[in-house]
Amino acid sequence: MLRSPEVTIRTASDRSLLISFGGEISIEAHQQVKLLTQCLQGVRGILNLHPAYASVLVDFDPRLRAHDEVEALVRERLEFASHAEPVAPRTVEIPVRYGGEYGPDLPDVARHTGLSTERVVEMHSAAEYVVYFVGFSTCFPYLGGLPTELATPRLSAPRKHVPVGSVAIGGGQAGVYPLASPGGWRLIGRTELRLFDPDGSPPPLLRMGDRVRFIPVPEARA
Amino acid sequence: MLSPGLQTTVQDLGRFGWAHFGVSASGAADPFALRAGNLLVGNAENAAALEMTLVGGAFEFESDATVALTGSDFGAGLPLWSPVELKAGQTLRCGPTRSGARCYLCVRGGIAVPLVMGSASVHVMTGVGGHALRAGEILPVGETAVRRPRGPARDMPEYQSGETIRITPATQADWFADDWHTGHYVVSEESNRMGLRLRGPAIPSPGGHMLTEGVPLGAIQVPPDGQPIILFVEHQTTGGYPKPGNVISADFRRLGQLRPRDQVRFEPVTLDQALTALQEQEKWLYRL
Repeated sequence: MLRSPEVTIRTASDRSLLISFGGEISIEAHQQVKLLTQCLQGVRGILNLHPAYASVLVDFDPRLRAHDEVEALVRERLEFASHAEPVAPRTVEIPVRYGGEYGPDLPDVARHTGLSTERVVEMHSAAEYVVYFVGFSTCFPYLGGLPTELATPRLSAPRKHVPVGSVAIGGGQAGVYPLASPGGWRLIGRTELRLFDPDGSPPPLLRMGDRVRFIPVPEARA
Repeated sequence: MLSPGLQTTVQDLGRFGWAHFGVSASGAADPFALRAGNLLVGNAENAAALEMTLVGGAFEFESDATVALTGSDFGAGLPLWSPVELKAGQTLRCGPTRSGARCYLCVRGGIAVPLVMGSASVHVMTGVGGHALRAGEILPVGETAVRRPRGPARDMPEYQSGETIRITPATQADWFADDWHTGHYVVSEESNRMGLRLRGPAIPSPGGHMLTEGVPLGAIQVPPDGQPIILFVEHQTTGGYPKPGNVISADFRRLGQLRPRDQVRFEPVTLDQALTALQEQEKWLYRL
């Protein structure tokens, strides 16, 4: 059974509750977030679930559900979930072309961290990452597990155009851009895997709780 | 579609159940007007219709149709909030708005576009569900009407600028001073379906460590510059700026009708008042 961080439930709007598991990023809070998100899928009157590092926002139809009713439901599901067997996570491998035109900020990351570009790539691709949650904008995975030595501040002014599939570092976080968009993270490489297809098929590549590994692809195979 | 106007998209009430993949619901910016229009022509309230923004488009009908225009007056020369019969070959021409930001064109049978992840709604920012319509596109009308068209709506709600937007406390309400909401604001030109950016007196932004959390529709975010952003139908699913308040569900339709340069002020209400206002809206809709 999981040792759960303390649960707090607050009203976020006239149609949503925020369920929090402490105020810090931790794997224990992540497990709770994941279980609650899974347990509330498809429940009548619940419209959307917004997981984050240590909380889930539960958006419901206020014509069908009252706040206290949803709160009771959440507590009941958490109690149930605390007895559930955790499912072994999937591991998703993401091939990456590092550096050059694919990762224009790789030299900056090397400079900032005092490591060689080769060492940055080696450390970035040796680590195992956890998808803490998928959020913000379409299918953006929030990855935990970046080696602390690789942490590099975001750009002072965001780029107007970050290509789809860019593999990036933003502070102590790692991520992959699911769509071409503006962005301020440091781009160190790019993958041809698509995290998301706007037509909705196939389903999004990464899910909350997945483990992720980045596999360097030699330039010669490009 | 002869001309699209400024931005015309296909919308229903939204794409729910995908927020855990970072996909917000999208859907009609003024859901009340969309539902009313659909009910008036005898559709299910969630049928897909056209949402026009600030400047409307022109449409030629290849066959007879029953339509309703709801929301703001885009000068089409037809009665608003009322089913209207159009003949094959007739053209419906909308122009610049004479009131609020959005006008809905609901057609009996609904607009028959393929659903993406369960919804016809276009999420303009990401391209989920399609894109803003272009001149020359042909939109098939569906066969999903569920009852006879109704009579014209009575006592329809007013849409006007200088709007008061009602709010309830959000998750960081106690981080802010009690009078944070008293300023008068103007809707910025940079506003879109993702967010309504307001300009006015800066709301002192509290310090403190905030962990990114899920954000609902209508959340009022206060970034470090103190200029509030109201998260709108294509909003991000999570965010890290503190939120003192949240727009009530009954006033989402008012958000959908705000134009750049409109004035806005906030009025705090209780949760009970918010839900009562929503019930009153529901009662009006179901009298149609």
